[in-house]
Amino acid sequence: MAERAISVQVNGRARRAVVEPRRTLADFLRDDCGLTGTHLGCEHGVCGACTVLVDGEAVRSCLMLAVGANGHDVTTVEGLTPPDGSLSPVQQAFRECHGLQCGFCTPGFVVSVTALLDEGAELTDEEMRDAISGNLCRCTGYQGIFAAVRRAEELRSVQSNGGTR
Amino acid sequence: MKPAPFDYSAPTTVDEATVILAEHGDEAKPLAGGQSLVPLLALRLARFAHLVDLNDVAELAGVQRENGTLRVGAMTRQRAAERSEEVAAAVPLLARALPLIGHRQIRARGTVGGSIAHADPASELPAVALALDADLEVRSSRGSRTIAAADFLVSMWTTALEPDELLVAVRFPVWGPRSGFAVEEFARRDGDFAIAGAATGVQIDDAGTITRAAIGLFGMGLSSVRAATAETALIGSSVNDADLDDIGRAAVADAEPSDDLHASAAYRRRVGAHLVRVALARSLEEASRG
Repeated sequence: MAERAISVQVNGRARRAVVEPRRTLADFLRDDCGLTGTHLGCEHGVCGACTVLVDGEAVRSCLMLAVGANGHDVTTVEGLTPPDGSLSPVQQAFRECHGLQCGFCTPGFVVSVTALLDEGAELTDEEMRDAISGNLCRCTGYQGIFAAVRRAEELRSVQSNGGTR
Repeated sequence: MKPAPFDYSAPTTVDEATVILAEHGDEAKPLAGGQSLVPLLALRLARFAHLVDLNDVAELAGVQRENGTLRVGAMTRQRAAERSEEVAAAVPLLARALPLIGHRQIRARGTVGGSIAHADPASELPAVALALDADLEVRSSRGSRTIAAADFLVSMWTTALEPDELLVAVRFPVWGPRSGFAVEEFARRDGDFAIAGAATGVQIDDAGTITRAAIGLFGMGLSSVRAATAETALIGSSVNDADLDDIGRAAVADAEPSDDLHASAAYRRRVGAHLVRVALARSLEEASRG
C-alpha cells in the first residue's frame, strides 16, 4: 500500500511526512510530529480527547486520515498557548475553576471550548451543556468544566481588545 | 487500533472519482466525512482495498434552490447545512434534524450525502429524506440517474447504489406556506443514536384541513420507516380534530423495531408512537400559524 508524502500546517509550522494512507491524523500528530498533547481515548470518535482544530473547526483527529489533512491547517492544544508560554483564557479558566481532575480529557475540552467560544454565540446553560457534550470526562468532573467554560467567556471578553484567544 | 491497509486516491472532480470507482468495483469505497466509515475501519468491522476520498471534490459541496427543490451537494458538511439560512428557510425539517446528529465535532466533518448513503436506520437524515420524498442524484462513468429515497434506502447500511455509482446530491422538495415540521427523538445522552425518533411534516389549506403529511421514523428497525398508512389517515382531517394518539399508534404499526441492549421492541413502539404524536402536534401548530 503506497505511502504518500503529505504537508500539513501544524500550529503555524509546515510539517512534512511520508505516511501510510491508513495513518490517522491523531497518530500523525503524536508520533510523527511529537505533539503528544492530543490524547487518544477511544480511537473511534466517541470520547473527544483527540479533538483538534482543522481550518478552525473542532474535529476528532482519530476520525481523520493524515492524508486527508494534506494542505490543511491544524491547531493542536499546544498551538493554543500564547507565544510567551502563558495560559490561554480557556486554559486559565480550567485552572481557576478546577475544570480538570486527572487531566486526560483536558486537551480535547480546551480545544473544543476554544472553537466554541470562537463562534461567539451566546448560549443558555442547556445549550452550552449540549455544545460541550461531545467531550467525555471519565472523572465526571463536569460541574467544574462547565464553570470553566463560563469563566473562559468572561476572560475572553476582558481580553477581546487584546485579540488573544 | 488501526484500519487494515488500503490504497487511497483523492480525486478533485466527480468524473475522476467515478472513473476510479468503475476501475475498482466493490473493492473501493468512497470516503465522505468519515465519521461512520473511519470507526468501522479502525475497529476492522469493514475493510476495503481502496478508499476514494471525496473531500477535495469541491463541486460536491454547496446548497442551491432549483425548480421547487433545495439541491444539497452530497459533500455539504452537516455543520455548514445547519448554519445555512437557505436550508432553514427552504427545508425546515432538514435544518431541525441536523443539530441532533452526533456532536458538533462530528458534524464539522460529517456530510449530508455521506449520512444518507451510509443508510443507518438509526440516523436522522435517511428518515428525513424518506419522509420528504427526496430525490438522490447519482453519477457513474456510465451516466447519471435519479433515485427516489424510498427506492434508494434498501435496508440497514444497504442502498440501491451500484459499486461504481456515487451519490452527488440530494434534492429535497420545498413545501409551500401553511406547513410545519418537527423532529423528535429519544436518546439516553445528547449525541447518542436515538432509541426511537420521528420526523414529521404537515401542510394545511385555508380551511384548516390537512392536505399533505410526511412521517419518517428512525431507530425503529432494520431500515428507515415511512409511515404511509398513518400519513393517509391524517390527510383530510381537520387541524383540530386529528386524533394524534391514533395516528401515532398507526405510524409505529408500519415499523418492525428489534429488541436490543437499549430497549425492547415493545418499548420502542411505545416511545415511537409518543414521539410521532408530539412531532405532529408541533408540526400542526406551526402550520396553523401560517
